[in-house]
Amino acid sequence: MIKHIISIRDLDRGEIDAILEQAGRIRTRGFSPRALEGKILALLFFEPSTRTRMSFEVAMARLGGTSVGVDSVEASSMSKGETLADTIRVVSGYVDTIVLRHPKEGAARLAGEFATVPVINAGDGAGQHPSQTLLDLYTIRQSMPLDGVNVGLLGDLRYGRTAHSLAYALSLYHATLHTISPKGLELPGALFNELRSEGTKVIEHHDVADVIDDLDVLYVTRIQRERFPDSSSYFAVASSYRVTPELLAGAKPHLVVLHPLPRLDEIDPRVDQLPYARYFEQSRNGIPVRMAMLQKVMQ
Amino acid sequence: MTGKKKDARSGLLISPIENGTVIDHITAGEALNVLRIIGITGATQESISVATNVSSGKMGCKDIVKIKNRELRKEEVDRIALIAPRASINIIRNYRVYEKKGVEIPDQVMGIVRCPNPGCISNANEPICSRFKVVPAGLRCIYCDWLIAKDLTSYII
Repeated sequence: MIKHIISIRDLDRGEIDAILEQAGRIRTRGFSPRALEGKILALLFFEPSTRTRMSFEVAMARLGGTSVGVDSVEASSMSKGETLADTIRVVSGYVDTIVLRHPKEGAARLAGEFATVPVINAGDGAGQHPSQTLLDLYTIRQSMPLDGVNVGLLGDLRYGRTAHSLAYALSLYHATLHTISPKGLELPGALFNELRSEGTKVIEHHDVADVIDDLDVLYVTRIQRERFPDSSSYFAVASSYRVTPELLAGAKPHLVVLHPLPRLDEIDPRVDQLPYARYFEQSRNGIPVRMAMLQKVMQ
Repeated sequence: MTGKKKDARSGLLISPIENGTVIDHITAGEALNVLRIIGITGATQESISVATNVSSGKMGCKDIVKIKNRELRKEEVDRIALIAPRASINIIRNYRVYEKKGVEIPDQVMGIVRCPNPGCISNANEPICSRFKVVPAGLRCIYCDWLIAKDLTSYII
């Protein structure tokens, strides 16, 4: 049976732990630079991406494999009207694994139905991005056990796919979730209810200052300007959700501040110098985590 | 209902059918949606009788649908459970109830409901049908995870 990684929801806790443990082994004990020698990875990126594309390419190169790919719809046969289903059927015949980013939600699930090789979802519209969730979990796990962790989710929780997937994954570890978001950008009601119905403690806050001292993890997401009618209302909201050294003054010593990047103004650059700031390490962790994912589907 | 005639003064007169299907105990007001969900539209050939808001001892009020000369298949019957979970299906042969069964909520529904998410790949020009997993909260799109928690009937294809 082909092993796809389409959504974090497809993985149970045991499978997530196995990937995180393998990523940990890669990081601490090293890896075979010939583990995926002779294998070819297709990087089908029909939407712009810098870090996800590069980190998959680097992960494949480190394991001895080769990558080929397309970077846009314009550069592919989809510009001639080919369906994604046909593109996937054709590319399946060329390579050993497909990494797909696509603007339509559910595109990776469709690809998994038509592919004859494993498909890894590298982000489908506002939908799933499981490798990001796995590296988020991995970064938290480097500092503390995931079980029962107190996590603050700050920013645009309505449209932020990384926050949705992470919230779901953390529910598998009985985490307590504190949501802090501007009005209108709250966690979608359906997800909120689902998490609660599965026994996850989800607490809504209006001000991050009310809860910051209780958190083990603060996961910050970008508030997008296009969600606001004008610049002034954006700046008014964005400034009240900004993470500063002053905000973190009373935080627990082991607090971990994460951000999927790229960031705009959500985190004051002065925070970068504090031991809480782990977002660049989080980004670096994309390599061992994606190496572990590639090994999982290809070995 | 089947086989029991009422006179015109009692306010309801639907003649029994010789062969076909009677869907009874439909949630009041859902009869037309039941027809949509099993793919019966004005363009199809079936002869249909519909009674809505009929008084019922069990339900207070119910709808009934009779379809002449067509026996519903199991997968069609189970779709009905999504909007009328208490419905009962009577297969009629030669004016008699040949088979009576309830409806069971299926695990998945395919090609019946459109995903409300305009960004979902199932709404793009791809060779796939819409597919939903039936979960306690409603229907979850297999492709984009969108949850239809209410107003299911507005998304019937």
